[in-house]
Amino acid sequence: MDLSTTYMGIELPNPLVGGPSPISDHVDASRRLEDAGASALVMHSLFMEQILREQQALADLDAHSHSNAEASSYLAEPTDFALGPEEYLEQVTRLKSALSIPVIGSLNGTHSGRWTRYARLIEEAGADGLELNVYYVPLSGDEGPMEVEQRYLDILESVKAQVTIPVAMKLPHFFSAPVHMMKRLDAAGADALVLFNPLYQPELDIEQLEVRPERPLSDPGSMKQRVLWLAAAFEKVSCSLAITGGVHTPTDLIKSMMAGADIAQMTSALLIHGPDYAIKMLTGVREWMAEFEYESIRQMRGSMSLARTPDPEAYERANYLKSLNTWHPGSALR
Amino acid sequence: MTEPRTTTTWDGNEAAADVAYRLNEVISIYPITPASPMGEHADAWASRGRANLWGDVPHVVEMQSEGGAAGAVHGALQAGALTTTFTASQGLLLMIPNLYKIAGELTPAVIHIAARTIATHALSIFGDHSDVYAARQTGFGMLASGSVQEAHDFALIAHAASLNSRVPFLHFFDGFRTSHEVAWTDRLSDDVLRALVDDEAIAAHRARALTPDRPAVRGTAQNPDAFFQAREAINPYYEDCVGHIEQAMADLAGLTGRTYRPFDYVGHPDADRVVVLMGSGAEAVDETVEWLLAQGERVGVVKVRLYRPFSAAHLLASIPSSVRSIGVLDRSKEPGAPGEPLYLDVVCALHEARMAGTSPLQHDPAVVGGRYGLSSKEFTPAMVIGIFEELAQQRPKNHFTVGIHDDISHTSLPWDEDLTIEPDDVMRAVFFGLGSDGTVGANKNTIKIIGEQTDNYAQGYFVYDSKKSGAVTISHLRFGPRPIRSTYLIRRARFVGVHQFVFLDRYDVLAYAEPGAVFLLNSPHPADEVWDHLPAEVQRGIIDKGLRFFVIDAYRVAREADMGRRINTVMQTCFFAISGVLPRDEALDHIKQSIRKTYARKGEEIVLMNFEAVDATLAHLHEVAVPTEVTTDRCRPPIVSPAAPDFVQRVTSVLLAGEGDRLPVSAFPPDGTWPTATSQWEKRSIAQTLPIWDPAICIQCNRCVGVCPHSAIRAKVAPPEAFEGAPEGFRSMAYKATEYKDQTYTIQIAPDDCTGCTLCAKICPAKDKSNPRHRALDMEPALEHMEAERASFDFFLGLPEVDRTTVRRRNKESQFLRPLFEYPGACSGCGETPYIRLLTQLFGDRMLIANATGCSSIYGGNLPTTPYAVDAQGRGPAWSNSLFEDNAEFGLGFRLAVEQVTRFAQRLVREQAGRIGSNLVDALLLAYPTTEAGLAEQRARVVQLREILAGFGDAAAAQLSQVADYLVPKSVWIIGGDGWAYDIGYGGLDHVLASGEDVNILVLDTEVYSNTGGQASKATPLGAVAKFAAAGKGIGKKDLGMLAMAYGNVYVAQIALGAKDTQTYAALTEAESYPGTSLVIAYSHCIAHGFDLANGLEQQRKAMLTGYWPLYRFDPRRRDDGKPLLKLDSGAPKLKLREFAYNEARFGMLLKSHPQRAADLMKAAQEQIDRRYATYQALSRVVPTDDESR
Repeated sequence: MDLSTTYMGIELPNPLVGGPSPISDHVDASRRLEDAGASALVMHSLFMEQILREQQALADLDAHSHSNAEASSYLAEPTDFALGPEEYLEQVTRLKSALSIPVIGSLNGTHSGRWTRYARLIEEAGADGLELNVYYVPLSGDEGPMEVEQRYLDILESVKAQVTIPVAMKLPHFFSAPVHMMKRLDAAGADALVLFNPLYQPELDIEQLEVRPERPLSDPGSMKQRVLWLAAAFEKVSCSLAITGGVHTPTDLIKSMMAGADIAQMTSALLIHGPDYAIKMLTGVREWMAEFEYESIRQMRGSMSLARTPDPEAYERANYLKSLNTWHPGSALR
Repeated sequence: MTEPRTTTTWDGNEAAADVAYRLNEVISIYPITPASPMGEHADAWASRGRANLWGDVPHVVEMQSEGGAAGAVHGALQAGALTTTFTASQGLLLMIPNLYKIAGELTPAVIHIAARTIATHALSIFGDHSDVYAARQTGFGMLASGSVQEAHDFALIAHAASLNSRVPFLHFFDGFRTSHEVAWTDRLSDDVLRALVDDEAIAAHRARALTPDRPAVRGTAQNPDAFFQAREAINPYYEDCVGHIEQAMADLAGLTGRTYRPFDYVGHPDADRVVVLMGSGAEAVDETVEWLLAQGERVGVVKVRLYRPFSAAHLLASIPSSVRSIGVLDRSKEPGAPGEPLYLDVVCALHEARMAGTSPLQHDPAVVGGRYGLSSKEFTPAMVIGIFEELAQQRPKNHFTVGIHDDISHTSLPWDEDLTIEPDDVMRAVFFGLGSDGTVGANKNTIKIIGEQTDNYAQGYFVYDSKKSGAVTISHLRFGPRPIRSTYLIRRARFVGVHQFVFLDRYDVLAYAEPGAVFLLNSPHPADEVWDHLPAEVQRGIIDKGLRFFVIDAYRVAREADMGRRINTVMQTCFFAISGVLPRDEALDHIKQSIRKTYARKGEEIVLMNFEAVDATLAHLHEVAVPTEVTTDRCRPPIVSPAAPDFVQRVTSVLLAGEGDRLPVSAFPPDGTWPTATSQWEKRSIAQTLPIWDPAICIQCNRCVGVCPHSAIRAKVAPPEAFEGAPEGFRSMAYKATEYKDQTYTIQIAPDDCTGCTLCAKICPAKDKSNPRHRALDMEPALEHMEAERASFDFFLGLPEVDRTTVRRRNKESQFLRPLFEYPGACSGCGETPYIRLLTQLFGDRMLIANATGCSSIYGGNLPTTPYAVDAQGRGPAWSNSLFEDNAEFGLGFRLAVEQVTRFAQRLVREQAGRIGSNLVDALLLAYPTTEAGLAEQRARVVQLREILAGFGDAAAAQLSQVADYLVPKSVWIIGGDGWAYDIGYGGLDHVLASGEDVNILVLDTEVYSNTGGQASKATPLGAVAKFAAAGKGIGKKDLGMLAMAYGNVYVAQIALGAKDTQTYAALTEAESYPGTSLVIAYSHCIAHGFDLANGLEQQRKAMLTGYWPLYRFDPRRRDDGKPLLKLDSGAPKLKLREFAYNEARFGMLLKSHPQRAADLMKAAQEQIDRRYATYQALSRVVPTDDESR
């Protein structure tokens, strides 16, 4: 049975990839994931804000220096200080030497700038690929859709100019025309598109009048939205497609492939069940394929996409109408 | 053959420590200004694994006091290690007992001293020789350095000679003038050190070590039959010592080309007048002598290098035989002595030679002594010329002073204050900056660049004002083709940089500019508009002196490069661009290289930001076309308000203007007693943003007032009619609670005294329900509100104060009481000062404070102005600082005196009961007021008593009248930091705790030595990084509260204002009311914790919630009620320690530098917290037995 797939030009023995999570902070846990069968590992993101904030904080320690006759400083001068970015780069190298599966670095930011040079540093540290996580929430109302889209293209362009390893773009789900945007990114050189970034959601504290951001772990329900856009994008872009968010069971993985994904990144399920859960996943996939007589993943890939499904309307407006028709107002009252 | 040169820029401390570190195996340290950096360097080098000359990393150990450090030095020496320490001032005094021992046992060692004034009528951190003179009788040799180069060279000479002679040495150099002067210096290689340090002498030292393999006994007790002879047996070693020094000096000269002698003479070979002195002042005299020689004068200077053993023969050999008058200068004062030490030594040497017929001098010269430079007082060539002029007199004045105007004893010599002798080929630049704007750091960097990239010699010296927030710095930089001997401040600069526009209104900055100089101003106004914003004095100065005037909006450039308010790089670039010290492009390259070097470890982004700032600077730097006429009549505002009292007008305002040197002796109190309540006259206006009050939302909780570190936000309630005539914009509202029914409430800021720390706005719980971003206090731009708030604050001060007897004993109402501690110069957002403010609100009108040396003594008692204030009746805290180590005992003395005088007053009342009247006498003697009402009644009785006594008019009545105030109880407070309470003062503190006397001890616990720069104390927690604990403290904090509780009769509380202000209030009032010893340990956030103090209160809350800082009160009075003595005021830990700790760099840094150790220590610290909570919880359930509660 052939589970192999190709992602960003990299041949992988199966489509189950460890998504960005604290697992990549620990070499041992990453090795367990590899041993359990994951075919690649995406590291958690190095954040633009983290790069700036840490360096700023360190510079701020000097704020009280040389301001008093009795003390030229107030903290011990750090020795061999490893900043977040440096630790990150060191972790890339450590993972590369400990694992035989490809390691994909991840960089998170909202605009092009000096920080994008870390893409090159991540490549130099040994990463096999890079995932660009542009987590930008356009709340101000001052930016139009074209400007928002241009941010993504600018960052992609800036990073592609600095690296030779393949670059994936991780996307939010809220573009006006997601498939059109995916086509633009494809044309601009993205080697893969990753659907989707989870959105941090606010929790309102109605006593203290404060807002607290929350990032819930994904659940299987998160997947359906992603399946829709994978199915739509399949064969409209030439780059690889990945799903992240909501893949919790073997059948989730199979659905992802059938919608058009080349790989499925698993994060929440691995955090909940541990890295060894990958064994269960892959065994389940194999059993399902055996039961339904599939020879390979490639065979099923995109079979349920918009382009190939026998009932494309089910993905479109008809689907919406159908849902409306099956909803009975009285059911909520009963 | 001389060695190839290796040069570097550093200050005297680092130069000396560099040699000391390489030549020692054990280094025992304790922080004290200005010597702390030597220990800090040693600790930092050891933590990085730097090896000494023999390839080993010295063992650096921090002790609990200088006494402890000296003991450890003595022990390590006896056990055979090469050992050193560093100290100054009171620290050296604490070492003296061991110095006698070390010298008495002929033990080679060198202690390096940054010589500093000993506290007398006042403490001073600055330099003179009173400390080293106090050790001259111990038997230690003494070698004096006068420059940074000498501090480096003499460190080696002292070590080499000590090993060879067995005489231990104090190697000293002038505190600040040399210890903190940054200079371009030749660095001694390891090979030179090896060449001078004799391996056989080291082997001999080792062979003398105490070891059971070759047992000996040392430190015996001797009797009259033996002691005297044994003491005289050391004489040959002292006789040989001078030869060893000469040999080491000769060896050094052979290897480096730098020649020194025990007494170095510079001047005319046939001089008729000679000055003798030691230390940095000798450099200024040297420079002046060269200038006078060029004028044809026959003068010279003897620089004393080897002060002990004092070689009269070498001294006499150094003085030209033609001399007719000799002036001996001492940087010290010994009241009542026939003269200061060096003067007496020289007189003695000349006299002995004359008696012995061995004097080489042709004449019998007049010898006079003079004092100069106490506490780093300026000592300039003009003063030196004044001395030489006096020496030319027939009968030169003896026991003179120079550098001050003595209009009482008329000791001072005149000098020409306008005279300067500095040559034209020396570039002199003066920079005015704020402590927080990076000016000093940038200037240190500039010296490095010029030293490294040009053939110039470079010198930098930095002057700071006495404030910790908004401190003003003045940098003095010189660059020139010859070694720079100008050990005094620049008076005429070719470049004056003013990095803050507001300084133009406060200081006469252009007084430093010589004609034709360059004036660079950081200005928010563009070049074509700035002129009209200058005060008239500045316009006049620019025109009259023909200055070239440049401006830059450095804050804008910094902001645009994402650098916030750090303008150091921008201003440094401007200096290089305009001054022409280096070709412009070359200079910019060097700036960038040094930026990379400085910030590389802190991240590439910061490097790139700075690069952007450098590149953007030149486009924003503009020369101003200077008009020919002054165009404004706006003058600089007066330094203090015309309403200030006479003393403040005459003395304080001159100190505030930075012109204190002009004040004559008669202006000063002779005994160190100064008026309080002067901080109100110093208006600094340093806040960028001010809290603005919105009564529409305010819930009148007074918490903003309760947390303010600067007493700059206040609340009042008063009858509505008192608010008539309020200025426009003054805000008030009806008071809501019942106790002041129908009165009007207001919150008011002191806009010129607020530092903008934001703590009040952060604690404010009142949010606008429709727009919760808006609170009852919002921080808003200061400029927009300054004028209106000034008028409002003036009006507010005139509103009646609340009647103390009506204030309910609750935290909220206590904040209506007038603080008798206001506007301290503490750091913006200081965690200590709110506790002191609260104490003065509660007890200030009957309070005596003994204050340990440290931050609280500096913001509490550093001139020009001090924060302790008085109420409308003229009462307020009486405050004093004795020393660092003795504060508990000092405060106990207060209590003993108060009790004794009270008993005396009570006896006098009883003795005169018949004529005073029994009703009043009974009331006076029986009353023990514990409430404000009771205190008021007793005070009224004292007034009545005095009125009655006045009618008698006899001596007995006068005697009682004088002490009658003691019939009103006094509240004695002993205040200090953790360095005092946990370390240096712990022995005394423990004794006072055990005394049972009615004193109240407040420990402001910042968990490090804050004032000297964040060195670890025994209060430093497990896992925190501090100086002297660079790899994270490996053992836990001492549980001072638990130790005190063990006595069983001490009231003990642990408090954190930001965590629970009601508990703080309860603990302080209980401690005060407890009729025995009380100890309150107060958590105090600090800049040394490495986080933005705006979050200080939230961090205090987290300290409580994590169990890091449990709140409790242990009250022995509960025993009487059969209740557990310990009451926990905070619950079981709700958060993990990391949620508190990793918000602070002191913990977070370790995570970055030693992640595994950080993780291990964090785990251990968490376990410790859990264990401690369980222990406290168990204790809090222990009910006293019947026996105990009886």
